[in-house]
Amino acid sequence: MKATPLSISAAAAVAIALVRVIFFTPYEMRQGAAQKIFYIHASSAWVAFLAFGLVGLASALYLWLREERLDRIAEASAEVGLIFMTVVLISGPLWGKPIWGTYWTWDARLTLSLFLWFIILGYLVLRGAIDDRAMRARYSAVLGILAALLIPFVHLSVYLFRTLHPMPIIAKPSAPSLPSQMLVTLIMMFVAFTLMYVALLRARYRLAVARDEAAEAYHA
Amino acid sequence: MTELVHDAWVIAVKDLTIEFRTRSAFLSAVVFALLAIVIFYFAWDPTAVAAGDLAPGVLWVVFTFSGLLGLHRSFGIEHEERAIDGLVASPILRESIFLGKAIANLVFVIAVQAIAIPAIALFYNLDFGAASLPIAGVAILAAIGVVTVGTLFSAMASNTRLAELLLPMLSLPFFVPIVLPAAQATAKLLSGRPAIEAMSWLKLLVAFDLVFVVACTLAYPFTLEE
Repeated sequence: MKATPLSISAAAAVAIALVRVIFFTPYEMRQGAAQKIFYIHASSAWVAFLAFGLVGLASALYLWLREERLDRIAEASAEVGLIFMTVVLISGPLWGKPIWGTYWTWDARLTLSLFLWFIILGYLVLRGAIDDRAMRARYSAVLGILAALLIPFVHLSVYLFRTLHPMPIIAKPSAPSLPSQMLVTLIMMFVAFTLMYVALLRARYRLAVARDEAAEAYHA
Repeated sequence: MTELVHDAWVIAVKDLTIEFRTRSAFLSAVVFALLAIVIFYFAWDPTAVAAGDLAPGVLWVVFTFSGLLGLHRSFGIEHEERAIDGLVASPILRESIFLGKAIANLVFVIAVQAIAIPAIALFYNLDFGAASLPIAGVAILAAIGVVTVGTLFSAMASNTRLAELLLPMLSLPFFVPIVLPAAQATAKLLSGRPAIEAMSWLKLLVAFDLVFVVACTLAYPFTLEE
């Protein structure tokens, strides 16, 4: 990844937010240090869902407009989103062990995140298994759209199954129930991770462009 | 519309005739299902877990995996001597090709289940009794969902380098909203609860079937153009 103003400011923002999380945010009364995982966990989850949303959107637009750039955006966003979802799936159990007493439970949101992770992994494997560029773009766009349709069903079926996950504390009808110091830290982390996502997305997009150009030069 | 259904039917009859004359995929899927049912019995301690508690889970795991066996063949046979080119060049709607393939796969999966489900009842000492009809209904609803998504992914996977591996990898996450409600509904029915208690699960299955039959039929032509 080249050092661009964007990537440097993203790295700096993540560093500053982390310093604030570790040294300048108070401990939560009952959960202690474990609660600090939440800042990373929730911000990664936000970015992962943003990234997967973009995959679905770019896929639908690709089938409509047939613009190769849209396919590359979907490709880049899926790969970066997978990294953030992996962070979610690692940081969640690390918090769950001291608080819930177990690393993993088949709660609705955990199950949904895990299946999203599997779907996006399948999406990337599908991309890797096709050489023809136009075919790869069409197939992955079809899968991207179907995956977007699938998510509400997975969510509904596992939600009917059972749920244990903490309920929303920010995006709810009443005012956020987080103390303002913690809320500021969380917002900083959200912004920092989103910046990092955009920086990685751009770097990954450029890689896709370079790869396609190299393939063209090779075949010419 | 009638043309769409008629053409789909012609394709389905073609596929089923091939399968009926060779019977290769059907027999291997049935043997696979029976073997899996038997092997699953030994995966748990039968003195600790009642066979009736295991049966719904086993039923739906076997259901999805034996379904995948048939689905893989569906577009695989069209690749020999590029038969798919003939299908695409024929003057029918591409949606008909998909629906025809899906209908043939549905018949295939239901035929395998017609043997596998009674086999579970036999090996696990279950008395379906009054639940037989509702369970058959759940099986058909689940089969529609599995077959629709599986047929589309079979069309896609058969064109890639990883065909055999990719189909289960793409399909299985999509089978979650099918297997979960189907297994829950079956467990309710088998434990003698009234069918109405399984209703919310069945509604989810019906919704899934509707959304994915439409979405996959519309998406299929995008996987074809050259």
